[in-house]
Amino acid sequence: MEFQNLMIIAISAIFINNFVLTRFLGICPYIGVSKNLDSAVGMGFAVVFVMTLASMATWLIDTFLLRPTSSNIFYIIFNAKEPPDLLYLKTIAFILVIASLVQFVEMVIQKMSPALYRSLGIYLPLITTNCAILGVTLLNLDNAYSFIESIVHGFAAGIGFTLALLLMAGIRERLELAPIPNAMRGIPIAFIMAGLMSIAFLGFSGLKIG
Amino acid sequence: MSLFKEFFKGFYDENPVFRLALGLCPALAVSNSVQNAVGMGAAATFVLLCSNFIVSLIRKGVPKKIRIPIYIVVIATFVTIVDLAMAGFAPDLHKSLGIFVPLIVVNCVILGRAEAFAGKNNVLYSLFDGLGMGIGFTLALTVVGVVRELLGDGKLWGIPIMGANFEPVLLFILPPGAFLTLGLFLGLFNWIDSRMKK
Repeated sequence: MEFQNLMIIAISAIFINNFVLTRFLGICPYIGVSKNLDSAVGMGFAVVFVMTLASMATWLIDTFLLRPTSSNIFYIIFNAKEPPDLLYLKTIAFILVIASLVQFVEMVIQKMSPALYRSLGIYLPLITTNCAILGVTLLNLDNAYSFIESIVHGFAAGIGFTLALLLMAGIRERLELAPIPNAMRGIPIAFIMAGLMSIAFLGFSGLKIG
Repeated sequence: MSLFKEFFKGFYDENPVFRLALGLCPALAVSNSVQNAVGMGAAATFVLLCSNFIVSLIRKGVPKKIRIPIYIVVIATFVTIVDLAMAGFAPDLHKSLGIFVPLIVVNCVILGRAEAFAGKNNVLYSLFDGLGMGIGFTLALTVVGVVRELLGDGKLWGIPIMGANFEPVLLFILPPGAFLTLGLFLGLFNWIDSRMKK
């Protein structure tokens, strides 16, 4: 049952509630980095990586630092009368975690694999302000996912983002040669294409799983 | 450089959504009705105004290398204020905007203004810049919201105005309608721009 549940979370994050095309998260990199296929692949992998790590880290922070439970670390250390409810700090805590995580990942990759660093290089810092990352962590919280569920959701959301980004990059490479009115060139036509892709993804919403 | 100019540039010349293509996520996600659009615009304007104020106030003391994290913490603080205030005073709006209220933190309009304007200019100019940009952002959201709500639901601000025989084009309320509407608006403004240059 557990495995089936995880599959449902994954499939729905990739197709039914695709982060870009249905939830409108991460539109800025989606429009900005989809001009050619190579950079789209780099951005996609960077996002999958950071999203998975961020889901993991924010779940731990949420459970052990913010939530008023008996396993709250502040409760244990300071021996308080009752567990403190720090959930109102979630926005600040999460964005700081994501920003430092991105910085950390950047340093690790730079040391461990210079080749990967060169290919991801410029996309990593951009990820801090990608609303899909903060979005996925907040959704994990809203849906009260468990640790494993959060990781799967983060990973699948990243895959969904990459899928939409790659499809878009493939289309936009060809659009360069297409006869398009001057006013619609560039970003406007990219939005029209995104609209058409979104219509296609709307078809998945009829999918009944579970 | 005059205050007047700083205030009005956000309305059209440097409209964050239509001209600079910033803050697109909320522009697409919450523009399915005029009410949501105005609510989001007001929240973002408040955060923009406050963060521009603080950032321009502390700009001389902020080390260059860590300025972005500092800006983000300033913005996140005001977003938390808005989040809690909205949950208390306008719970319906808070519910329909959903996770896009906390996501104002990563709205690139706000960080963009802190980085491009408030970090370099004095408090008064930054306040006018923030207010103008916020109103421009709200206007853009509202325009998209009007089109989507009118075509997709036959209503404006929740009031039916298209008459009983109007068949709503459901597509405009659904996600694809957001992309199509915003794409056509961006094209329209490009076209107006190229005509004005001639």
